[in-house]
Amino acid sequence: MRLDKPGQIDRSQALRFTFDGREYGGFQGDTLASALIANDVRVVGRSFKYHRPRGVFSAGSEEPNALVTIGQGAASEPNLRATTTELCEGLVAQSQNRWPSLEYDLLALNDLFAPFLGAGFYYKTFMWPAKFWERLYEPMIRRAAGLGALSGAPNADHYEKAYAHCDVLVIGAGPAGLMAALAAGRAGLDVILADEDVRTGGRLNAETVEVDGRPGADWAQAVTDDLYAMGNVRIMTRTTVTGAYDGGTYGALERLSPDVAARTGAPRECFWRIAARRTILAAGALERPVAFQNNDRPGVMMAGALRAYVNRWAVSPGKTVTVFGNNDDAHRTAADLLAAGVHVAALIDARPEASTDLPVRFYAGAQVTNAHGRGGLEAISIATLSGIDKVQTDCLAMSGGWNPTLHLTCHMNGRPDWSPALAAFVPRDGAVPGLVAAGACRGDFSTHACLSGGLEAARAVIRELGKRARKIDLPQAEDAPYRISPLWAVPGKGRAWLDFQNDVTVKDVKLAATENYSSVEHMKRYTTQGMAPDQGKNSNVNALAVLADATGRGIPETGTTTYRPPFVPVPIAAMGAGAQGAGFAPQRFTTSHQVSVDMGAPMIEAGLWYRPSYFPREGEKTWRQSCDREVGMVRRAVGVCDVSTLGKIDVQGPDAPAFLDFLYTNMFSSLKVGRTRYGLMLREDGHVMDDGTTARLGEHHFLMTTTTAAAGQVMKHMEFVHQCLVPQMDVSFISVTEQWAQFAVAGPKSREVLNGILDDPIDDDGFPFMACGPVSVMGVAGRLFRISFSGEHAYEVAVPARYGESLFRLLVQRAEELDGGAYGMEALNVLRIEKGFITHSEIHGRTTAFDIGMERMVSAKKDCIGKAMAARPGLSGPEREQLVGLVPTGAVKKLTAGAHLFDAGAAPVRENDQGYITSVGFSPTLGHFLGLGFLKDGRARHGEEIRMVDHVRQIETTCQVVDPVFFDPEGGRARG
Amino acid sequence: MRIPCPLCGSRDIREFDYMGHAQALDRPEPEAGAQAWDDYVHNRDNPAGPTRDLWFHGLGCGAWLVVDRDTVSHEITAAALARDVKGGAA
Repeated sequence: MRLDKPGQIDRSQALRFTFDGREYGGFQGDTLASALIANDVRVVGRSFKYHRPRGVFSAGSEEPNALVTIGQGAASEPNLRATTTELCEGLVAQSQNRWPSLEYDLLALNDLFAPFLGAGFYYKTFMWPAKFWERLYEPMIRRAAGLGALSGAPNADHYEKAYAHCDVLVIGAGPAGLMAALAAGRAGLDVILADEDVRTGGRLNAETVEVDGRPGADWAQAVTDDLYAMGNVRIMTRTTVTGAYDGGTYGALERLSPDVAARTGAPRECFWRIAARRTILAAGALERPVAFQNNDRPGVMMAGALRAYVNRWAVSPGKTVTVFGNNDDAHRTAADLLAAGVHVAALIDARPEASTDLPVRFYAGAQVTNAHGRGGLEAISIATLSGIDKVQTDCLAMSGGWNPTLHLTCHMNGRPDWSPALAAFVPRDGAVPGLVAAGACRGDFSTHACLSGGLEAARAVIRELGKRARKIDLPQAEDAPYRISPLWAVPGKGRAWLDFQNDVTVKDVKLAATENYSSVEHMKRYTTQGMAPDQGKNSNVNALAVLADATGRGIPETGTTTYRPPFVPVPIAAMGAGAQGAGFAPQRFTTSHQVSVDMGAPMIEAGLWYRPSYFPREGEKTWRQSCDREVGMVRRAVGVCDVSTLGKIDVQGPDAPAFLDFLYTNMFSSLKVGRTRYGLMLREDGHVMDDGTTARLGEHHFLMTTTTAAAGQVMKHMEFVHQCLVPQMDVSFISVTEQWAQFAVAGPKSREVLNGILDDPIDDDGFPFMACGPVSVMGVAGRLFRISFSGEHAYEVAVPARYGESLFRLLVQRAEELDGGAYGMEALNVLRIEKGFITHSEIHGRTTAFDIGMERMVSAKKDCIGKAMAARPGLSGPEREQLVGLVPTGAVKKLTAGAHLFDAGAAPVRENDQGYITSVGFSPTLGHFLGLGFLKDGRARHGEEIRMVDHVRQIETTCQVVDPVFFDPEGGRARG
Repeated sequence: MRIPCPLCGSRDIREFDYMGHAQALDRPEPEAGAQAWDDYVHNRDNPAGPTRDLWFHGLGCGAWLVVDRDTVSHEITAAALARDVKGGAA
């Protein structure tokens, strides 16, 4: 019910929302949880395993019960905590894990079978018959247990990721965090203050404490206004710091407010990576429950959360409230309820020595032993020295004490220390380099202690960062002592919940101990305690305390399980923001891309590049028809192909020749200016890395090309060789791949095409095979290389990229006038196979220069990368699989890449493997399929019949081993 | 994790490629023999504690760095340009 007091809600802004299809009202400033409480909605979900009705339990991100699905259809998001979901107009929320409805959940039957569903039940039951597990038991269990479901449809919502840097990251904007940010900000440091709530203030918004004589929330707002005005403090509300990582890096999830997220194109959430020189953790503390029979009834909730609902949101989950605790803090709850005009039926303190001045029925040294009421709390049983009292109540606020929120201090393998005085773990100093904890997360619970702790932490950080702290007066605030007497579980029969989200009870933990799962990590996995989305925020310490008791050890010896990031669930969509589709694999387009697409060419991926596979013409129904025509076109007339995707690296400097000699197996220092040479590059382990032509443009100026796929790898390799091996060499190089558009013009009529566009025509004497040099292309300074990847008389002409598209159009037009035209990757591949030229299909990382028949290219006159290791035994000789050509001779006239080779009579099994096929294509020039492959001792076996078996495609045939150069072995066509 | 690039300042780990131990700087002479080459190319220690390895600032300045790092604490104590280390400057 809504209380007749102000709270931090705006009653002038009424909001409508639906929960499970029913319409309700709330106000601006409400969370979904506070609005549901205002509307007296008690049951908000069903539990994970037993399908027990559950109500709102907390007021923060630790909420175990009130998990809901927000939104509809593809945009729906499951498992959101109602306690941190901001209410907005038209919000649509659904409860989870119930069927057909929240009130009548058929699987609530599970609760009756609870004796069979204890810890590890799935290891013990459903064991037989074995084959029933996959078909029946597992699907059944999966259906019965669980949380919300994904829609299954692609989510069109936007998410973002971003980076931030600061001197000081302050995590948590309660009293400690605000003081720390204030001091660091005043000292001139670059500060980020992050808090997961929608507003700053932390517990000051939930309590009635005063700071400097005014309400704590007002003080927090005033400090926040100061911080905003400074200009060097960034306040990130709605931002949960989720993890601490090496080097002062923190992950943080920012939820945008519903009105901002609703704008077109705006993200819902943003995942931040924050790099901070220093961090002040002021994350506060989490209150822990007490385990007693049926403590999971709707209406049983945390005392601190109840105060937040009463004080901040002006709602009360009950009309007749009882309070149960083992510490002084619990008494505040009764006081706040009385002040708000809510009837308090009883205050129960487990400590015999406790006393109170409050005008309530008070039990000292008593314990709540049972909660009654199936659909929601109706009464509690209280064990006193004189017997059992039963008290009518519709809401019980419980407090088992507070656990410092030290999670982040343990993300880098840190372990917390046990404080007997607080009966809680406290963070260990230095567990995360550069991070200090302050306030409640360090175990300083009073408002005064938080304020002074924040200030002290900031002063230390300011000093470390070499700044001077300005004088700041510590505000006046309460400094009440925190007295606690540990109480983890009230003894008694029945089920007493520890982990509400995963339905783990005291019995389960004791059973684990009995069955010898006595290590805390084993207990966790056996019972699943702490493994739900809340990661045991409410239950970890209680569960290990029960385990410690059951195993007769102390809590420090029992230890905690490992705290891991993220602190709250992070949507994969936020972490992976921007990495879908083109963001995952950026697309690189050549200058001729659009023209090629307009010509109808299907584009294929080559690394990140897109290249045309063929250019269909009218009447051509299959790719093969186009490919065959394009191959014939190049062999008979002229073809044009964009080769800009090959890596182009400009190498300059007095030591450039020596550098290339060291990089390549063959000599480049002996190459004449104006000439081009093919080069082979090895890895240091002796295997082939890459190949390509290098042109000598000047005495100290080379232009090398790499294969499309290996361009990045080769560039990195060159940087390594230069910087790490031969830094004394005076050489510089840079990638110019993007700067030049380069086109192959290949075929008997290639020179005719070129002479139509070159300002100074060329001839065979002036521009022989392997010549290179500057040319003027219709007034544009370009470069011409007489190189051939087709075996034909061919050139590659390069112009600055901005002229690429128009040059391509022109070349294609001129070629078409001479019965030629554009050709794509399919034809390029067939042309090079006909010539036995290799690509990365052949130099795939496991082949040596010997294997591809290029061992003579390893110069004896000089050292080079990979030379020493290439000489190792085993990397050459008849045992090696060597490059061969293959032509089909069997009934099946087709060869397939990836097929393996076997001797004619041998069984096609691995032991008999003789080699494999790397490249195939139908040669229209020769009228049959051609294959390139590697065959054991292949060069000595030309003429042999060999068996090809493709186990994957179920194809086999026989083929003849031949020289890998199928067409024009003398090479006359390229020179002519 | 962040690496203090001598040219670019402190940068996020995502900008770097890892290569392995800095012994890759000490390339043997061509005639050093099989064992020396085998050690250079293949054999690496796997220390728990301080180590020194090569990182490439590929999404930054393109410099190869020699980074002193602790494999246990993940602390990075120094980063120098490989060409300076190789030149005997560090």
